[in-house]
Amino acid sequence: MGSITLEKVSKSFGTTSVIPEIDLEINDGEFVVFVGPSGCGKSTLLRMIAGLEDLSGGRIIIDGKDMSSEAPAKRGLSMVFQSYALYPHMSVYGNIAFPLKMDGQDKAAIDKKVKDAAHILNLTNYLDRRPGQLSGGQRQRVAIGRAIVRQPKAFLFDEPLSNLDAALRGNMRLEISDLHHQLATTMIYVTHDQIEAMTMADKIVVLNAGRIEQVGSPLELYRNPRNVFVAGFIGSPRMNLVEGQEASKQNAVTLGVRPEHIRISKTEGAWKGVVGVTEHLGSDTFIHVQADGIGKITVRTDGDFATDHGQTVYLTPEAARLHRFDANGHAI
Amino acid sequence: MATLQTRATARLMMSPAVILLFLWMIVPLVMTLYFSFLRYNLLMPGTEEFIGFLNYKYFLTDPSFFTALGNTLMLVGGTLLITVIGGILLALVLDQPFWGQGIVRLLVIAPFFVMPTVSALVWKNMLMHPVNGLFAWIARSFGFQPIDWFAEVPLLSIILIVAWQWLPFATLILLTALQSLDGEQIEAAEMDGAGSLSRFFYLVLPHMSRAITVVILIQTIFLLSVFAEILVTTNGGPGIQTTNITYLIYSLALLQFDVGGASAGGIVAVILANIVAFFLIRLIGKNLER
Repeated sequence: MGSITLEKVSKSFGTTSVIPEIDLEINDGEFVVFVGPSGCGKSTLLRMIAGLEDLSGGRIIIDGKDMSSEAPAKRGLSMVFQSYALYPHMSVYGNIAFPLKMDGQDKAAIDKKVKDAAHILNLTNYLDRRPGQLSGGQRQRVAIGRAIVRQPKAFLFDEPLSNLDAALRGNMRLEISDLHHQLATTMIYVTHDQIEAMTMADKIVVLNAGRIEQVGSPLELYRNPRNVFVAGFIGSPRMNLVEGQEASKQNAVTLGVRPEHIRISKTEGAWKGVVGVTEHLGSDTFIHVQADGIGKITVRTDGDFATDHGQTVYLTPEAARLHRFDANGHAI
Repeated sequence: MATLQTRATARLMMSPAVILLFLWMIVPLVMTLYFSFLRYNLLMPGTEEFIGFLNYKYFLTDPSFFTALGNTLMLVGGTLLITVIGGILLALVLDQPFWGQGIVRLLVIAPFFVMPTVSALVWKNMLMHPVNGLFAWIARSFGFQPIDWFAEVPLLSIILIVAWQWLPFATLILLTALQSLDGEQIEAAEMDGAGSLSRFFYLVLPHMSRAITVVILIQTIFLLSVFAEILVTTNGGPGIQTTNITYLIYSLALLQFDVGGASAGGIVAVILANIVAFFLIRLIGKNLER
């Protein structure tokens, strides 16, 4: 009861085309993440699904019904905005109850649903407060509460965690994932943060300049990126992309190797280099090496590996986990 | 930063301005207060003497005082009603994107720059005149009897003129308030299924409440002392139908030359204004505290 299909959906503002043409299938109950750099059209795409932005072409089909020109409220979707967009003069209760009130439900039913939502989201003690008196995380939960009381066919999240600090972001990530398991409702989540995409998604849609670069599960994208863009975007720290002689040795224009797939040694290896900056995270160590004739290479190794700035080291990429790309950036 | 010396210097440097402003306020007030206790009529020079509260007794028991008080309240209330409601509607229209928006906004603000005497004269002679006025011409061309505005509905005429002058002010303030409304909130309400009327009453109006409070407060202060519009159109008449407190004091002082009585009236007006301000602040002050 929450499948969404995009058919040749396109969007242009005046003469500038933001989204050329997109086909996408979202199954019921899936957690789909749209990820891409800022300005890639991911928010616009989400707003088009929500009905806040008109389509320039194509169709949006929700549960088998063409909803391309329906009003936002008629589509049966809920949205959580980046700024939360809570109503500042209403209490938390009023905010969560608002969509039900607009739906014309009776007081007792509204009361029960609001209390239930507040219970799920740990907001029971804050129902009388105004949004201005809440912390960032609590506001976020109120916004989610307002979305879930309508029991929508799908939830739309527009970069909901970008206003929170790092620790809270980690928590809310878990809470939203939990909520998805509890409700088993379709969720579409927009973010520019690939970590959020990797940790939460059932299916990631990587967007770049309004085009879909690749669709797949997090590990699929990690293991088999279809092109250089996806390879560079998914994974942290970024994949090392090597061009030139080393790449041509492997019959490729660009050679990609992830930092965790390089062995580092102080005595022997394929590539020789000099240690630049070393980042100790405790569990891991990221070493930025200036490799002779190749360029900057980031290596991820265990937390106990000790190096000094300027020390000579040797790197060996794992041959089985090399990614090779042709002149157009496609994987070979 | 603020050491004892710099604070002392700051006070010293500030004092001329503060003293000047204080004198500017206190001298006229004290003189008015002093005159209000004297028998002081310019037609009978040399007979000034202290008569206690007699001026106040005459002023407050004068039947025209209560008429003037009622007229003042009607004028303030009527103008507020028209400007606030009209201002909200105009602001809503001007907030829509349309061609020529800049020029239209400028035109809407224009009446505020016309001085009260001039706009009142324009209304009196070009619009509301029973023979040559535009309204009379419109009425005649539809076959109706033209309304003699200042004779038949004098107070309403004054209210219309004053409201026309203050409508731009209200529109401007309310428009800026409207523009500061978060677009995502409106979109969220749209997704929550709120129609345009619900959006207006549940989101836009509460958002503007603060600006509406400001408009009411500022306009009340100025509308309590409307004078020029009355002087150049009706002279307080017919009878005393358009005499407000300000005009009553004017007629006492400069038509009947009773300086003592006018001063007493002035003090009464100050007290009344304070009473109105007190209730106004209490009534809507809560809005400003948020």
